[in-house]
Amino acid sequence: MESVIETPRGGFSFELCKRNEALRHAGIKFPNPVKTGTTIAGIVFKDGVILGADTRATEGTVVADKNCAKIHYIAKNIYCCGAGTAADTEYTTEIISSDLELHRLSTGRKPRIATACRLLKQYLYRYQGEIGAYLVLGGVDSTGPHLFTIHAHGSTDKLPYVSMGSGSLAAMAVFEDGFRPNMELEDAKKLVRNAVAGGIFNDLGSGSNIDICVITTEGVDYIRPYDEANIKGVRVGDYTYPRGATAVLETTVRKFEVTSETVKTVESMES
Amino acid sequence: MEDYRAPMEHQWSPYSWNGGTILAVAGEDFAVIASDTRLSEGFQIYTRDSPKTYKMSDTAVLGCSGFHGDVLTLIKVIEAQQKIYRHTHQKDLSCESLAQLLATILYSRRFFPYYTYNILAGLDKKGKGCVYSFDPVGSYDREMYRAGGSAAAMLQPLLDNQVALKNQAGVEKEPLTIDKAVSLVTDVFTSAAERDIYTGDGVKISIITASGIDVKEVPLRRD
Repeated sequence: MESVIETPRGGFSFELCKRNEALRHAGIKFPNPVKTGTTIAGIVFKDGVILGADTRATEGTVVADKNCAKIHYIAKNIYCCGAGTAADTEYTTEIISSDLELHRLSTGRKPRIATACRLLKQYLYRYQGEIGAYLVLGGVDSTGPHLFTIHAHGSTDKLPYVSMGSGSLAAMAVFEDGFRPNMELEDAKKLVRNAVAGGIFNDLGSGSNIDICVITTEGVDYIRPYDEANIKGVRVGDYTYPRGATAVLETTVRKFEVTSETVKTVESMES
Repeated sequence: MEDYRAPMEHQWSPYSWNGGTILAVAGEDFAVIASDTRLSEGFQIYTRDSPKTYKMSDTAVLGCSGFHGDVLTLIKVIEAQQKIYRHTHQKDLSCESLAQLLATILYSRRFFPYYTYNILAGLDKKGKGCVYSFDPVGSYDREMYRAGGSAAAMLQPLLDNQVALKNQAGVEKEPLTIDKAVSLVTDVFTSAAERDIYTGDGVKISIITASGIDVKEVPLRRD
């Protein structure tokens, strides 16, 4: 029997693909999504995990945001760095953070990184890579510190040190040279800083500052910025416009006829 | 993402883009030409110290950006032609003549162009500052200022506003001094380095006057 209510069919909706193809053939220019370019990295150290990221967002070859935050909140003990399409990393992490919070309330337990990983990979796989989110997920839970990478198509890797984004090779080169298991906090922070710096200075898609997030059993230390590696260039001249620099072409004064006036008192809000 | 179901023809390209921004401003009796010093390809940096300005004579400096392979070859060809001229005429090419020569050389490769954006700056026969800007196939014009290369679209409108005082009402047009020109050029490159990934590392400024060519190097963001 046919149902009046249509249940959602699930899977990727291809409705707009034909229309987009037609537009592409007509030669319409598609807007460039803001990509993060990016260097993101993470390591497992003695007391937990440290995540690091640069702060540049690019629109093609132009810098769209010089100081964007790429380390996203998933749960009190779980954070996630995102590379790829900026909107995708932002919304994906927010959606999974919301789902994980509901799950936490349902289970009554501290959320686990493996759970966040499963939620993310199953979400991304459903969209067959169309959601361009490349993530470094890390945190500390009841089973210890964990670090994952998640690709847009839904594959994951569980490793002691990882990097993603256009600057990942530069960052990984630093890790391969300097990583040791069970590093001390300050050494680990410096290593992550150096890895992200490698991306910032050697990759044109990454730049500006280094943010890090230290997660241990004690809690989270979100340091933004950890290192302001690039300060804005200081201008020599003064470019303030004098009054009247903007030419007034036309002035029109339209008077309003006041027909009536009423005064209404409103209760002030509790300060 | 492009459609990977449709057939896509791949072909080797003889060109590549190595980034770089150049800028020149002409004053009453001087000219200033500057370029950034970063050489890159894709998302990689080749070197932080590759200036794109080349001294042609005591009165002319050529700024050349785009495909570095063609830049180097073009410079070689111009310098060879200059040598012939010097031997034949016992004098240097004037700025105007050098501009015409460059246009001829560029057009000679009309059907396989030099992928270069050129700006020539110097002093003309009368000793006044001049700037000539070219497109890859040799179309050229004499102007008071021009930005070329990677961040050109960002810099040109700023120069229109600050040098030609466009879109500003009631501002007195003061003659441009060398110091004002140099500080403007420095600031404009500082701003370009903030937003263009291909511009950075350093800027090399050449100041051409009757007494010779002065060179200034200013560091820029390296990220």
